[in-house]
Amino acid sequence: MATTLSRDAVAGRPVDPAAPLLVVEDLHVEFRIEAGTVRAVNGLSYTLRRGETVAILGESGSGKSVSAQAVMGIIDSPPGFVTGGSVRFRGVELLDLSEADRRRVRGDRIAMIFQDALTALNPVFPVGWQIAEMFRMHRGVPRKEAREKAIELMERVKIPSARTRAGSYPHEFSGGMRQRVMIAMALSLDPEILIADEPTTALDVTVQAQIMALLAELQQQTGMGLILITHDLGVVAEVADQVVVMYAGREVEKGPSLPVYHRPAHPYTLGLMDSLPRRDVHTERLRPIKGSPPDLLAIPPGCPFRPRCPYARDICAAEEPPLAAVTSEHVSACHFWEEVSRERAGA
Amino acid sequence: MSAPAPDPIRHGEVVLRVEHLVKYFPITRGIVFKRQIGTVKAVDDVSFELHEGETLGLVGESGCGKTTTARTILRLEKATSGHAWYRGRDIFTLSGKEMRELRREIQVIFQDPYASLNPRMTVGDIIGEGWRVHPGVMPKNRRRARIHELLELVGLNPDHINRYPHQFSGGQRQRIGVARALALEPKIVICDEPVSALDVSVQAQVVNLLEDLQDELGLSYLFIAHDLSVVRHICDRIAVMYLGKIAETGDEYQVYDNTAHPYTTALLSAVPIPDPAARHLGRRILLEGDVPSPADPLSGCRFRTRCWKAQGVCAQTEPELIDRGQGHPVACHFAQVEFDPAR
Ligand SMILES: Nc1ncnc2c1ncn2[C@@H]1O[C@H](COP(=O)(O)OP(=O)(O)OP(=O)(O)O)[C@@H](O)[C@H]1O
Ligand SMILES: Nc1ncnc2c1ncn2[C@@H]1O[C@H](COP(=O)(O)OP(=O)(O)OP(=O)(O)O)[C@@H](O)[C@H]1O
Ligand code: SF4
Ligand code: SF4
Ligand SMILES: [Mg+2]
Ligand SMILES: [Mg+2]
Repeated sequence: MATTLSRDAVAGRPVDPAAPLLVVEDLHVEFRIEAGTVRAVNGLSYTLRRGETVAILGESGSGKSVSAQAVMGIIDSPPGFVTGGSVRFRGVELLDLSEADRRRVRGDRIAMIFQDALTALNPVFPVGWQIAEMFRMHRGVPRKEAREKAIELMERVKIPSARTRAGSYPHEFSGGMRQRVMIAMALSLDPEILIADEPTTALDVTVQAQIMALLAELQQQTGMGLILITHDLGVVAEVADQVVVMYAGREVEKGPSLPVYHRPAHPYTLGLMDSLPRRDVHTERLRPIKGSPPDLLAIPPGCPFRPRCPYARDICAAEEPPLAAVTSEHVSACHFWEEVSRERAGA
Repeated sequence: MSAPAPDPIRHGEVVLRVEHLVKYFPITRGIVFKRQIGTVKAVDDVSFELHEGETLGLVGESGCGKTTTARTILRLEKATSGHAWYRGRDIFTLSGKEMRELRREIQVIFQDPYASLNPRMTVGDIIGEGWRVHPGVMPKNRRRARIHELLELVGLNPDHINRYPHQFSGGQRQRIGVARALALEPKIVICDEPVSALDVSVQAQVVNLLEDLQDELGLSYLFIAHDLSVVRHICDRIAVMYLGKIAETGDEYQVYDNTAHPYTTALLSAVPIPDPAARHLGRRILLEGDVPSPADPLSGCRFRTRCWKAQGVCAQTEPELIDRGQGHPVACHFAQVEFDPAR
């Protein structure tokens, strides 16, 4: 499926060969609605390298999808606005590009599988036709050849008897198969980055395992970078190189997955780990995080996690904690990160 | 902390016994003249017992018949054949009046905390709704006070009695669903994926709540889920379903640590362990393809199209759900026997 288009430029601007695949820096996104301003993403930064996986973890409403939409350039505006930060794809600033140029990057260089993928397919067209359409629209590939490419791709995402199934309609496919069709469409133009927003949440664990294995295989083959958005701590542990934990639009902890899981340095991350039942050992009593996340319209001053935090002291209400370096690659936005990370010392 | 190794005998009498339950749905074509072109064998000879104060987990992939099993027991679907006994009474022969009483004693909590609450009713009205059908449960002058108690019981602020569902978070809405079920003072609560749609921290809150209520009120739970970690945590016994049939059943240690059915093995191996260090330890078994359609009749063992242990006999003879030496019933001709060095 090699394309002949040059990939040394992004919308006419030369790439920086030394730059990582994607650098997101201090990203801010807000929604200006009648009731006020929703600060959905409040200073998010991460770096994605070739072939690597960055996982964005956090509970419902923490800003995961919105941050991905900002990278894709598909924030609903108004009411949504990217109010600060930088998104550099191979060194090229995407936030400076015109809408037409961003559209060219989208799908072609950076593709996304959406959270509601199961409803995103058009019910009135055969699935093979929908995949072929990607080649025809973006690459101007003739109809017959596009159809062959679509079948090839369906085989690659392991849809059995792809040639016969290409003529089937979405409703004739199971949830897992439709999700594979969505993945096929996202992969059709050989993107350098795939953003997968909850790609397996609605699926059985058996299908989920197949799909994650498929994505890992593709990453190995092509060096594609993966941004995985999920609240499933198990899936993240399986595949992520880097983990970003979000809470109320902020990154509260970030680092390579091993230290983040084994020695969390933020009370929220620790709380998430503690809430989990395990399938490999018996758990006596679950330890949930008490309370619920703040209203993004009225985030209290100081640390946004304070009302739920067992470590909170007076300073937490007064001063928003800065990102502290736990190690050179692991950071935590907590005044008392040292105390928190001692919880799992020796683990 | 209670002792491990839950023993069903520790629990009370059998409150629900399901025997050879079968539910087939006809597949029809045509709009004016419907003709039957096939049968979906949604539930195909399922038997189990639920004891007082016990939690029985029903797990399996989407479409394996978990919800249909529950709905058939409650007579929301008409059973094709088989029996269900509630405290010795044959549910399927109860009169309309008796059935209404039974629906009070067996309550259901649904998967989707967003869709299952009427958005135009206040929380108080939602919780007290069942009393209109069953006025005998709670005298009118006690109702408001009882709603306050129930809200407190499930960890919600009683002052919020006049709020509407959209003013609550997902976990709080699920608590409202629990309070509504408890208002009718049931003996059995069927929980159909009660925490699947919730974030992990909220999920843990609801799971703890269900456990506390069971201890306080002696409830029995039929807990339907596809999250095997949650099921291991909350259930005393587990039945693994595959295409309308129980593949393996036993307690937590039998099913999870001494797994004997290849399907259970595959299902468990697909659950990711939340520890990056465990990534390469577990041998993952990737099942090829999806669950075959329950409409396609399959001779012999219905797992054989995906089973890596299948042999000739599997296509000919359907394996019975019996103990073949592993200490718990397993529907596989080649069920793994504990500590068998030959395997
Ligand atoms: N179009 C919009 N208008 C107003 N607010 C919005 C809009 N889109 C998102 N938001 C708000 O931004 C916040 C972050 O939403 P986002 O969808 O990123 O959450 P998420 O972390 O992806 O959650 P989930 O796990 O539920 O998908 C939420 O409070 C949401 O209500
Ligand atoms: N009213 C119906 N008419 C025809 N087929 C039905 C009907 N209800 C359920 N089925 C079929 O019966 C089978 C079992 O469905 P059921 O809803 O019990 O599965 P489940 O195990 O609860 O799955 P899930 O985990 O997706 O909720 C499925 O193949 C389903 O399509
Ligand atoms: S800064 Fe304070 S309130 Fe915030 S997470 Fe740390 S200890 Fe808790
Ligand atoms: S009976 Fe045969 S096909 Fe069925 S699970 Fe056992 S080995 Fe596999
Ligand atoms: Mg989202
Ligand atoms: Mg169901």
